[in-house]
Amino acid sequence: MAELILDKRSRPKPGKTWPRPEGATNLREYRVYRYDPDTQENPRIDTYFVDLDDCGPMILDGLLWIKNNIDPTLTLRRSCREGICGSCAMNIDGANTLACTKGMDEVSKGPIKVYPLPHMPVVKDLVPDLSTFYEQHKSVEPWLQTKSPTPETEWRQSREDRAKLDGLYECILCACCSTSCPSYWWNGEKYLGPAVLLQAYRWLIDSRDEATSERLDTLEDPFKLYRCHTIMNCAKVCPKGLNPAKAIAEIKKMMVERKVA
Amino acid sequence: MAQSFRPTSPHLSVWRFTLTMTLSILHRILGVGLYLGTILFVLWLGAAALGQEQLAAVQGFFGHPIIQIGLFLYTWTLFHHMAGGIKHFVWDTGAAFGPAEREIITLATLVFSIAATLVVWAVFVWL
Repeated sequence: MAELILDKRSRPKPGKTWPRPEGATNLREYRVYRYDPDTQENPRIDTYFVDLDDCGPMILDGLLWIKNNIDPTLTLRRSCREGICGSCAMNIDGANTLACTKGMDEVSKGPIKVYPLPHMPVVKDLVPDLSTFYEQHKSVEPWLQTKSPTPETEWRQSREDRAKLDGLYECILCACCSTSCPSYWWNGEKYLGPAVLLQAYRWLIDSRDEATSERLDTLEDPFKLYRCHTIMNCAKVCPKGLNPAKAIAEIKKMMVERKVA
Repeated sequence: MAQSFRPTSPHLSVWRFTLTMTLSILHRILGVGLYLGTILFVLWLGAAALGQEQLAAVQGFFGHPIIQIGLFLYTWTLFHHMAGGIKHFVWDTGAAFGPAEREIITLATLVFSIAATLVVWAVFVWL
């Protein structure tokens, strides 16, 4: 049964308001989810003020400004700062996105609220435990599987067949979509979630792959695939502009087509 | 080392609700609502089958303002759940997944169900 309300120990409490930087006039307020695993305390929401005259324009710039200038204990994942590694995926202003490609000016007035990706076990502050997510990705065997003899050169593919992978291969596995999905929130252990299903579809329609039937067998399950109810949060939040909901619909169609075929 | 406690990150409480998400939840709630409305419908059918007297009694009961509101909501529930079903049917074909289309088709179910309910009540009840 879905647990709509957080358990008592997970509920965030009001946190500390950190002092405003001295002499700064152009401030932006951040409210950031904090959780320290070394204490027995509940998570808390800390308030910070970022000096915009001394800081880059993106949400990530602000978080790093806080870490460098106010509170070095603030913990988050980040690497490429240009939307290709997927490390800084988090919940910003009520939706999941990458902190590095979301501008502070895109959050209309008021404080910028930053939480970890929703309904995930929190390791520390903005760092969620993505182990289950990665295990699920592994479970769809995201690599080329063939039966015919390996060709002398590469596995050939027509331009048209290659074009079918556009909108799928760009996925960076940031988990924004999966953790935006209420179905994944309630059934995250059994439902594979949008990111993993988009990856599954990427191999299902690859003209070079010869394990289509086995792949569909694996997905033919009341939970793994069919917990998708086209809520569309996944497609709305994808920072790469991909459409996992559409990919899932295509898998469902493949299921029907092979039954009637 | 034993795995220490890990809190679950906030979800519903921090999420900015969108139209598609809200109507998806509503579709489920209205599905339950259909059962309740069906009870009223069966009551009416059963009374009609029993005879004039019983039908008159149920008709009187249905005239109560609260039951009237219930019937009005049941009409809307029927239309909205039907429109939602058609929307899901369209999505099952792989169509209307684009950023604009998915919003339009979702908004359309709401507009249709409200309009259809008002028309039905205007024609069969109010006029």
